[in-house]
Amino acid sequence: MEKKIYLDNAATTKTRPEVVEAMLPYFTELYGNPSSVYEYASQNKKAIDDARTQTAKVIGADPSEIYFTASGTEADNWAIKATVEAYADKGNHIITSKIEHHAILHTCEYLAKHGYEVTYVDVDENGIIKLDELEKAIRPTTVLITVMFANNEIGTIQPIKEIGELAKKNKILFHTDAVQAYGQVPIDVKELNIDMLSASAHKLNGPKGIGLLYIRKGVKIRSYVHGGGQERQRRAGTENVPGIVGFGKAAEIALATIKEREEKECKLRELLMKRVLSEVPFVRVNGDKVRRLPNNINFSFQFIEGESLLIMLDMKNICASSGSACTSGSLDPSHVLLAIGLPHEIAHGSLRLTVSDEITEEEINYTVDQIKEIVEKLREMSPLYEDFMKKSN
Amino acid sequence: MYTQKVMDHFTNPRNVGEIENASGVGTVGNAKCGDIMRIYLDINADGVINDVKFKTFGCGAAVATSSMATELVKGKTVQEALQVTNKAVMEALDGLPPVKVHCSLLAEEAIHAALWDYAEKNNMKIEGLEKPKSDIHEDEEEVEY
Repeated sequence: MEKKIYLDNAATTKTRPEVVEAMLPYFTELYGNPSSVYEYASQNKKAIDDARTQTAKVIGADPSEIYFTASGTEADNWAIKATVEAYADKGNHIITSKIEHHAILHTCEYLAKHGYEVTYVDVDENGIIKLDELEKAIRPTTVLITVMFANNEIGTIQPIKEIGELAKKNKILFHTDAVQAYGQVPIDVKELNIDMLSASAHKLNGPKGIGLLYIRKGVKIRSYVHGGGQERQRRAGTENVPGIVGFGKAAEIALATIKEREEKECKLRELLMKRVLSEVPFVRVNGDKVRRLPNNINFSFQFIEGESLLIMLDMKNICASSGSACTSGSLDPSHVLLAIGLPHEIAHGSLRLTVSDEITEEEINYTVDQIKEIVEKLREMSPLYEDFMKKSN
Repeated sequence: MYTQKVMDHFTNPRNVGEIENASGVGTVGNAKCGDIMRIYLDINADGVINDVKFKTFGCGAAVATSSMATELVKGKTVQEALQVTNKAVMEALDGLPPVKVHCSLLAEEAIHAALWDYAEKNNMKIEGLEKPKSDIHEDEEEVEY
């Protein structure tokens, strides 16, 4: 196929033309600094306010509870580091899960090296956090529970409401990294008892370089980036006005289309899953089959390694990703796949495909045809497959 | 990220397969680290490598280094094959990204393991050949955050 088939929408998404269009005037005509007093700049202030309303609506928050950041990662860092600092009198213990994004895990590891205590709660074989273990992990010194809304690799959606209730009952702040879920599945921060939530525009057809942290009214955490008085003294730095406007537009479109996209993506996901499972031997689906992001599919192909698979798919113009060691830059495969109990060699053979509403059934069928051929080719040169076939004969 | 030569050897690997009743077989690496290489050698009475085949589970660089290593030792004597280092494999591929250098070490190790097997089967000692390590990743360091 000549055309590129982009099946890596969990990595990033295409910025919608309507979003780009909404952003453009703020580069060229309306470039004033929102902090300036003159009328010209106040238009930018209004644009930011509008975006705050648009992004708040997606999660049922009040606009005054939205703080723009430069990324989802910054929002995660802010939520965790500012909470442990603000609640130092209460304690120094954080609870998280074993399958968090590195923005959470590496922040926790960093804090653990500086005297904080962190409990990493296990997940079951589908990647759902063990609530009983989470409850047992709570100590009088626990200041924060941070559990992701939906996993970026295997798409599993966590029991956020139950975690929120547990946190509330024990008077502990609850933060969720919702970078993969925001605008993809319905979220109501009040109903779910979420105190803080991180999101990023480029995962929902918005621009890169803009994220947000929702902080529930009454949560007393301070600034993480010090400087000017932007974002109500809580996040300094001249606002990324075009980015914020783009985030607002992307959020508005995402909210309006959430249902139709879900239906379309689920259909594509089911087609892909059904065909691969019935036509390729020795394959498994990773993650929960029901409590799952509509756009996410994650397979493990036995006896082959993920990076080889990705390069060969790339040569067929298919963009995908893998949890193999070679793609993570370390020797270990994805911590998420290991946490759900996969042996190393199975984890190395993983393939993540994340669809969008622009993908067609024809493209899915082409992709499956290519996967079949490539997996067979790689197995032919795999010593693991050779050993397996000799044993079973 | 890979050179054209690496891509060529990855997409059209030379000498993939098995040799029945091979003179020597060596398997190195482990599934934990994501790469396993197996080399089969067919060595004649004069100590010349008549044929060589490989099978590899691993990334693009692992497949390419195995393929190149088999090309470099084919037709060579045992002593000459022993001189094929990971550097020679890398140079022949016009280089590897730094994180993939271990693949070339694995390829060298796989050749050595196959030669070691050949020597053991024939009750002989090959000058300069040491017993290959089972896992070449043992001494790598962890990254700190």
